[in-house]
Amino acid sequence: MPSFLSSLAVPAAALAASLALFGLFVALVGVNPLDVYQLMYTGAFGSWFSWQNTLTRAAPLILTALCTALPAQLGLVIIGGEGALVLGGLAAAAVGLALEGASALIVLPAMGLAGMAAGALLIGAAGALRHGRGVNETIASLLLSYIAVAVLNHMVEGPLKDPASLNKPSTAPLADDYTIGSLPGMDVHWGLVVGVVCALAAWVLMRRTTFGFAARMVGGNPRAARMAGLPVGTLLIVTTALAGAMAGLAGMVEVAAVHGRANASLIAGYGSTGILVAFLARQNPLAVIPVAILFGGIGASGGLLQRRLGLPDASVLVLQGIIFVTLLASEGLRGRLRLPRLAKQPQEA
Amino acid sequence: MVDRLRLSRRSVLGSMTAAGGLGVLGSALPFAPALAKDLTIGFIYVGPRDDFGYNQAHAEGAAAVRAMAGVKVLEEEKVPETVDVEKTMESMISLDGASLLFPTSFGYFDPHMLKVAKKHKDLVFLHCGGLWTKGKHPDNVGSYFGYIDEAQYLSGIVAGYASKSKKLGFIAAKPIPQVLRNINSFTLGARSVDPTITTSVIFTGDWSLPVKEAEAANSLIGQGIDALTCHVDSPKVVVETAEKRGVFVTGYHASQAKLAPNGYLTGAEWNWPKVYTDYVKMVQGGVKPPNLVRGGLKEGIVKTSPYGVAVSEKARAHADGVKGQFMAGGFVIYKGPLKDNKGNVVVAAGKEHGQTDIALESMNWLVEGVVGSLG
Repeated sequence: MPSFLSSLAVPAAALAASLALFGLFVALVGVNPLDVYQLMYTGAFGSWFSWQNTLTRAAPLILTALCTALPAQLGLVIIGGEGALVLGGLAAAAVGLALEGASALIVLPAMGLAGMAAGALLIGAAGALRHGRGVNETIASLLLSYIAVAVLNHMVEGPLKDPASLNKPSTAPLADDYTIGSLPGMDVHWGLVVGVVCALAAWVLMRRTTFGFAARMVGGNPRAARMAGLPVGTLLIVTTALAGAMAGLAGMVEVAAVHGRANASLIAGYGSTGILVAFLARQNPLAVIPVAILFGGIGASGGLLQRRLGLPDASVLVLQGIIFVTLLASEGLRGRLRLPRLAKQPQEA
Repeated sequence: MVDRLRLSRRSVLGSMTAAGGLGVLGSALPFAPALAKDLTIGFIYVGPRDDFGYNQAHAEGAAAVRAMAGVKVLEEEKVPETVDVEKTMESMISLDGASLLFPTSFGYFDPHMLKVAKKHKDLVFLHCGGLWTKGKHPDNVGSYFGYIDEAQYLSGIVAGYASKSKKLGFIAAKPIPQVLRNINSFTLGARSVDPTITTSVIFTGDWSLPVKEAEAANSLIGQGIDALTCHVDSPKVVVETAEKRGVFVTGYHASQAKLAPNGYLTGAEWNWPKVYTDYVKMVQGGVKPPNLVRGGLKEGIVKTSPYGVAVSEKARAHADGVKGQFMAGGFVIYKGPLKDNKGNVVVAAGKEHGQTDIALESMNWLVEGVVGSLG
């Protein structure tokens, strides 16, 4: 349990430190940090309305964070969640339009599967390139993400364009039956439930199955894993594909719950924020949920900071940046603090 | 996370005490302002409000509203066209009591603003884009847009006089009707000065791609083009690049004259301060704003930047003459015979498409004299 506590304490301390640093920053531009903290609380968690606002924004972040957190179990750094989301949304919309007329009970799962398949292909390709050709997966996933965005733009401005969408090129709108609404009694769409279920499933897969154990062994030492007879390539490609499927599903949810069509609005930065969420959650699929809610809250309160205190939108970016940097710094610190203790332990044969 | 919540709760308690103190003080003062009666108005921008372009033009409108009596103005910038804008509207309504909202980006309309407007039927939502359709969209929604290509036509005239190489450049975001109409009007204006003038167009692919815009500007200047203009969210990069390379430039959305003191000729600007103060006066006076407001130079929805130092007397006289005709409502830009740049007749001889003609709203061609293609 101490390791559990320390893995909770380090990010919590980093978070507290970054809030203090952010307070210093706003104080420098002449705003009272206490006002800022209070408004952030009001905007993010201060009322039922604010909670719903926060949860709605958190929903896509859970899934895009899993796109980074899952491959991280194998020691891979995947940053192409944005592309997988965009492509997943496009595929979901295309399937929803192609199956028009069929029952929603068939079409919605088909859209979900299409979204997942598209995302899986994209990020799985980065995994395959890594395994087969030794291409750096971080760069590969980033570049593939640019390609995905270009494909989306091409399709909605060309072959899939609704002629009626004159000045905002989009696919044709989905039939109302194929959109997913809000959770009962809440103004939060079903994407939140999808995200939480996926995060739980990812955690079970990685922590409670032999597949997950093998994956984490690869993350520990790929050569040792290969010597032990583990199918490193399969693990690598399957995990990256699963990761892409998560972000692709986020794209499907965006299309089915928010936009009702695919267009350039899908490129909203959820993929990049997801990377931050995954790192702050220390790549733990379960921790992704509260961290995504925290980032949803930061987003939700950002508007209030702009409106009430006249802070620019960039202040929220500054906070996110400070959080990321202090977090990386705290990771470095953790390693250094552990070093002397490790040296005392007898070396393993 | 635990720490964060604790910290927040403490600060909340602290400021609640402070607020309580202020409240007592406030009620003790004899001249407490009637804040409750103020009309709270929310402006939402898709980009930074100091972008020298689309968003700044709207923010200038918001600033004019802020100067009015009896209003409280809320502003939020860089709000994406996703559920974020829905939540921003809801937040302005439920946390700040906004009753009039201006979500200014084109992509906010469908489905986001429509969704929120249906939920709050007693509030007024006014959107920039001119998309409202009777029967299809809620009645508490209004939409406004301007025929800014009139001002682009005038920019074309001025650029036509200024250019020595007779080659103009246009940096555009996407080949959508609105943008094509600006390119064509600009080119027709220039060719009314000299029919040998051409406009080379480069599409960057998106609304805000500063690096590509700079590359496009440099590439056009490298081809011997000596007057540039653009239709992107922020013309800043294009205008600065033109000034640095010593060529002329005309602006878009807002005035960029400050960025190019030597080469800035004129520009096609939105006149949102007039439009927004008019709307707010209507709402304050209890008048329901019209669902659709459209207009050009005559209606005061668009305007031109004051002429720069490099604009000749002849150019001024010509442009002012045409502007006078626009103001009188008697000038038609799209008059047949017009060919596209592939040689097809797009407006037959004797045919005229006036400014409000719906046929112009789905423009999908580049007029003769434009170098470039839509693919």
